[in-house]
Amino acid sequence: MAALLLRRFAGLVVTLLLTSAAIFAALDVLPGDPAAVMLGTAARPDTLAALRAEMGLDRPAPLRYAAWLGGAVTGHLGTSTTYGVPVAGLVADRLAVTLPLALVALALAVGAALPLGVAAAARRGGALDAAAAVFAQGTTAVPGFWIGLLLVLLFAVRLGWMPAGGFPGWAGGATPALRALLLPAIALALPQAGVLTRVARGAMLDALGEDFIRTARAKGLRPRTVLWRHALRNALPAILTVLGLQLSFLVAGAVLVETVFALPGLGRLAVQAFAQRDAVVVQDVVLLLAAFVILVNFAVDLAGLALDPRQRDAA
Amino acid sequence: MNRRLAIGLAVTGALVAVALLSLAWTPEPPTRLHIPFKLRPPLAGGLPAGLGLLGTDNFGRDVLSMTMAGAWTSLLVALPSVALGGAAGTALGLAAAARGGWFDAAAMRACDVVFAVPPILSALLLGTLLGPGRGTAVAAIALFLVPVFARVARGGARRVWTADYVLAARAMGRGAFGIAWRNVLPNIAGLLVVQASIQLGLAVLTEAGLGYIGLGAPPPTPSWGRMLADAQTFLGPAPWLAIVPGAAVALAVLGFNMLGDGLRDRVDRRGPAP
Repeated sequence: MAALLLRRFAGLVVTLLLTSAAIFAALDVLPGDPAAVMLGTAARPDTLAALRAEMGLDRPAPLRYAAWLGGAVTGHLGTSTTYGVPVAGLVADRLAVTLPLALVALALAVGAALPLGVAAAARRGGALDAAAAVFAQGTTAVPGFWIGLLLVLLFAVRLGWMPAGGFPGWAGGATPALRALLLPAIALALPQAGVLTRVARGAMLDALGEDFIRTARAKGLRPRTVLWRHALRNALPAILTVLGLQLSFLVAGAVLVETVFALPGLGRLAVQAFAQRDAVVVQDVVLLLAAFVILVNFAVDLAGLALDPRQRDAA
Repeated sequence: MNRRLAIGLAVTGALVAVALLSLAWTPEPPTRLHIPFKLRPPLAGGLPAGLGLLGTDNFGRDVLSMTMAGAWTSLLVALPSVALGGAAGTALGLAAAARGGWFDAAAMRACDVVFAVPPILSALLLGTLLGPGRGTAVAAIALFLVPVFARVARGGARRVWTADYVLAARAMGRGAFGIAWRNVLPNIAGLLVVQASIQLGLAVLTEAGLGYIGLGAPPPTPSWGRMLADAQTFLGPAPWLAIVPGAAVALAVLGFNMLGDGLRDRVDRRGPAP
């Protein structure tokens, strides 16, 4: 078990290093010069040279990569050229929006999908099963950011119940902040809920077909106990794995949904930095979000090992 | 033919037909401005014939015509992305299954890395340096699809490699490349077609998202994503500007998803998906 964990951890480190190298190389190998892109075509050569020196672009690539990675690990992400402030501070402020948004969305998605998927599997072919299929089919086809627009149209513009966007910050208490995050979280959660409903239903059907379920039923356990304790516990690793894989899409969705609701989160920071051609900030945010996806998948992997002895034997 | 396959074929067929039609004919030229008739709701009277069936935008452009042209813009990103990413990913997956060992491990590790960066993020990175545009969108989506197809192809190929007829082919002296090309690929083609159909839907979805944040084809090319971005300013007075292109995206994605599900029911003998 210890050897297995060590191997997984080594794999995590390798993946993180490769990802950071790839994101770093993207700026280095591609034909654009970040400094030139930032200053535009009318820049004077000496201004360009000065900015290149300030950004460290005149140093060899491996040195710059080492410095960048070291900075990323220790929390010194460099200085944003457009904002003129340390990127680390920018990122920390934005994280206080994106992380709660993602967590609320995840909670909503799981909270809707798990009961729906389990109930659909329990009464296969019934009315609820059909409804779950329509729900899954519909929500996976609809773009999350469009749901966001429609929610703004209905609840902010027409009914005036909710704010159309913006974020009051956490200083004024949790209630207004969570209120501002509710509609975006729903927009972000719905597509995820569709996928998860399908996966939960499929995994539950697989689990319900196993011998131990027949045994549990034969023992006279109540159907609800069989369903929620025995079957769900066995379906959980599969659901968890897909949840991890979907995280990539959740992050992508957050970029769009934050833009719809003008939330000052990490995704919107990346979009704004792109609009200003601030390559340093884009690079750092992309690395951070990618590392987040990788780390959570690692955690999901470990959780799978903990939950499912079969995975331990197979690994 | 099952019901899902039929619906999927009908919707995607209509999408392609409308996209092609928009090249030859739309009710109005999609970029022509009619300032006096701006922000008219769908089916409003008193407009020139053919204008404003689904309303007009803030420049008096015809929403129906823009949406039709947007279908072509969308396909022009989605089709090359899936073709490129699918071909590269399949080749990688076949090679990984055929070679095994360190090559397999390295290829799958590389896939993990690429898969951790969603196409929106790689498009932001590429767009910052190369500028936004169709090429950036195609490159970002195709890149993300490489690991998706590599995993599907590798999984399918590993099963085929253990089959008796592959053993027979090896005994006859056929090399790894010949087996991958002539034995493995035809046997996993069904899986790949299913995946291509589903990924086309995701590519349409991503293209709309990229257009929304300004990473799609530049104006005046009509695109669903940019129509949605422009619509946000007029959400109160002109909700149809947001509803029409969004519904077009949803319908297109639904079509590709149902096509994929319907095809999977045929390819996968384990029975229909939910």
